[in-house]
Amino acid sequence: MKTLPAANLPPHFKRPLLETPFHARARALSQVDSFIPWAGYTTVDVFTTVEQEYFAIRNGTTLYDLTPMVKYRIAGADASSYLNRLVTRDVAKLKVDRVQYCVWCNDAGHLIDDGTLFRLGEREFRLCTAERQIDWLLDSSIGFDVEISEITDEIAALAVQGPTSCAVLKSAGLSGIETLKPFEIGHFTMGGKALMASRTGFTGDLGYELWMSPQDAEAVWDGLMEAGRTRGIRAIGSQALNLARLEAGFLMPNLDFVSAEHTIRTGRDRSPLELSLDWLVDFDKGHFNGRRALLAERRRGPRRQLVGLDIAGNKPAHNALLYAADDGKAEIGSISSAAWSPTCKRNIALAMVDAPRFQLGSVVWAEIYLNRELVWERRMSRAVVVERPFFSPSRRRATPPADF
Amino acid sequence: MSARYDCIVVGAGHNGLVCAATLARAGRRVLVLEANPRIGGAAQTREFAPGFRVSSGAHLLHLMPAELIRGLQLEAHGLSWSARALPTTAVALNGAPLPVSAAGLTGADAAAFPAYSLRMRRFAQALVPLFGKVPPRLGTTAWSDRWSLLGLAWQLRKLGRRDMRELLRIGGMNVYDLLEEHFQSDALKGALGFDAVLGTNFGPRSPGTVLTLLYRLAGEFAGGAALSQPAGGMGAVCDALAKSGSAAGAVIRTDAPVARILVEGDRAVGVELRSGERIAAATVVSNADPKTTFLKLLGTRHLDTGFVRRVQHLRSKGLAAKLHLALDRAPQFSGVDAAAARGRLLIAPSLQYLERAYNHSKYGEYSQAPAMEITVPTYNDPDLAPAGKHVLSAIVQYAPYALKGGWDSQRDAFMKTCLDLLEAAAPGLGASVLRAEVSAPPDIERECGIDGGHWHHGDLAFDQFFMVRPVPGAAQHATPLPGLYLCGAGCHPGGGVMGIAGRNAARQVLASGDARALPA
Repeated sequence: MKTLPAANLPPHFKRPLLETPFHARARALSQVDSFIPWAGYTTVDVFTTVEQEYFAIRNGTTLYDLTPMVKYRIAGADASSYLNRLVTRDVAKLKVDRVQYCVWCNDAGHLIDDGTLFRLGEREFRLCTAERQIDWLLDSSIGFDVEISEITDEIAALAVQGPTSCAVLKSAGLSGIETLKPFEIGHFTMGGKALMASRTGFTGDLGYELWMSPQDAEAVWDGLMEAGRTRGIRAIGSQALNLARLEAGFLMPNLDFVSAEHTIRTGRDRSPLELSLDWLVDFDKGHFNGRRALLAERRRGPRRQLVGLDIAGNKPAHNALLYAADDGKAEIGSISSAAWSPTCKRNIALAMVDAPRFQLGSVVWAEIYLNRELVWERRMSRAVVVERPFFSPSRRRATPPADF
Repeated sequence: MSARYDCIVVGAGHNGLVCAATLARAGRRVLVLEANPRIGGAAQTREFAPGFRVSSGAHLLHLMPAELIRGLQLEAHGLSWSARALPTTAVALNGAPLPVSAAGLTGADAAAFPAYSLRMRRFAQALVPLFGKVPPRLGTTAWSDRWSLLGLAWQLRKLGRRDMRELLRIGGMNVYDLLEEHFQSDALKGALGFDAVLGTNFGPRSPGTVLTLLYRLAGEFAGGAALSQPAGGMGAVCDALAKSGSAAGAVIRTDAPVARILVEGDRAVGVELRSGERIAAATVVSNADPKTTFLKLLGTRHLDTGFVRRVQHLRSKGLAAKLHLALDRAPQFSGVDAAAARGRLLIAPSLQYLERAYNHSKYGEYSQAPAMEITVPTYNDPDLAPAGKHVLSAIVQYAPYALKGGWDSQRDAFMKTCLDLLEAAAPGLGASVLRAEVSAPPDIERECGIDGGHWHHGDLAFDQFFMVRPVPGAAQHATPLPGLYLCGAGCHPGGGVMGIAGRNAARQVLASGDARALPA
């Protein structure tokens, strides 16, 4: 069994954070010098301002470096059955050159991580995850004919997202990209460089993710910037992406849930049923990790539930506690992600509330603290449980997408 | 594939047979499938040289509860005894042998022994209730689990303040330190310490060996029998169990190796033999060890990763070898009288000797001067050898499963080490050997299908005892897969020819209501 590749790098203590293959380009565009660590790499939090970058996602094209996304190659005769035992969705239904969003659980049916699963061949997959978890993946392979290796630093990855992204890619030389359906994979060349594109993303908008060899990374970046010059292209950092993903209703690991492998306190693990990811759990496909525990949970019903909230006012309800009434006596949950949505013009949030008491249309009260020039004010705001996603434009699924 | 049986028991070891007989006597239609041509598993009587027969594994019976023997009417089904209440004697390599009993001691040790024995007895008896029970689960709200835990707490509380404090003091200690506190004679300490490490991957200085000793003592009290020798060897116990089961309607098939456990709709529904034959049943009970059951017969795809991880981490590498000698005359152990020679003879002359023997096994070597538990069963049961001839049966420790360089190239050298040691204890024995045979752990693995060749299907140690034996999630005989149960030595209360695991498993199957394929 192959394990981690021995990286040909100086000792880790001399470079605690790695640079991605796009780093020189990002460094040149960074105006506010705002870098953050992400999975062992230094990455951009904000290039210019969050607002500029966010509006580029919704109005033009954005480049987001997602190289630090942890990537595993999973291949072998049992790769499909191995993954079917690992994740809660039916991998047998995933066709070659297609992508699945999926989650996986421990024995107790609690979420270890979510990620995207790429089927590159009958017997070859790529799993992209938020957290490193080679131990769980390897222990899960006992009894399966499958090889697993981490390939995070062997592949440079770039998200190209926004309404004009298809036009930018087409203009950059990815001919036929407009026929790619959501969650489909295609193979292209760009200026002689081979790359793989998938119609996937974390913005809830039209968008693609490009996967390439690290040595081609800068050429691809430059080619896209050139092609996007008249289509509003802009490099973005993690903050703008986080706002877009909240509008799209996507969960952020470590914000909206904590991996069951990382929690220390009891009761902090979350099941896919609690996180309203029931649609990802296929109880009919045969055994998978956590199935028996999840069946039991389904029978008795989850005791809490992740919901979307529409909150009165325009003050984001960051970390707010939620109450059944505006007297603030009976605490019934809390908010994990919150923002004023610039596109929806709504004050939105993801929250965990007691179940089954609070359903679509239920009213709860959010306790919002506002710091007004060092004077704290407390505000009880009315919030309604609403449908997710908050924002889902038709261009997200249109094939072919509109040309610009 | 039609459901002709309520229960299939995989493996006809003694626990499998106890389980089958118990289920059959409760009216269940039971099929026992044994891979080998003969039943018994590691508890067989085997002819190892023409006319010479020996118990292939354990050679003395002292752990099987009297009420189990009575309940399954084993004596009516042919079990008889060639000797009971056998003595234990520490054989000296130079000097006089030492009977391990109050009567045989002198000086300060003679004065200390009764108090030591009494206290260890009291401690062990506090643990006896564990043996009859299915271990409780933690964190449940079921009253059966709570009562079980309360009962255990009450047993310990009942000891009184002084004894409870002493038990807490010594419970995590090593047996070396404990015996040093009480006795002076190296021979006595070696003999008493031997019981703490027999069948464990421990030396006398390993932490937790007082607990393994207490556990063994408690097992003996639970068994209620002193050292006994079944007539016809250990195989006779299994033969009687098989007859008891058959009389109640259980069907036993030999030469029927199970290839895999069949699963449908997340439930065990039967087995497939290596021949391809499929047999359906409402319940499958595995007498195989946990690793074989889960990793080989069931397959990890029916289990969760965390559970598989725990099974994989189970320490189950054997460390005891079995030595069988066909002798053309009675062996003469120096200074050992005829009465003592009929019993259990130990070569464990001191705790230091045991610890040195253990040192080798830590580094993947066999002991250059091993410890032995010896019986000459033909003194009590002459039928096991041709007239006038004898059989010597010895458990030899330490003989690690994963021997550096492998057993095939070193079995002969190991044999010579054993014979040289026996020659020192019984001069002239070497010249009387007609045939000698060694079963190392890999041989036991091959012959009995036990992963790692461990007699107890997994070390008996604090972290593999009671409610975590073999692993959490399978410690109450039921496994994560509905319809699949464990009944082997890998379960609480563990190995040795005891049968309690088999009986408790049967009780769990019956209590679950799972056992019926069709209305009776």
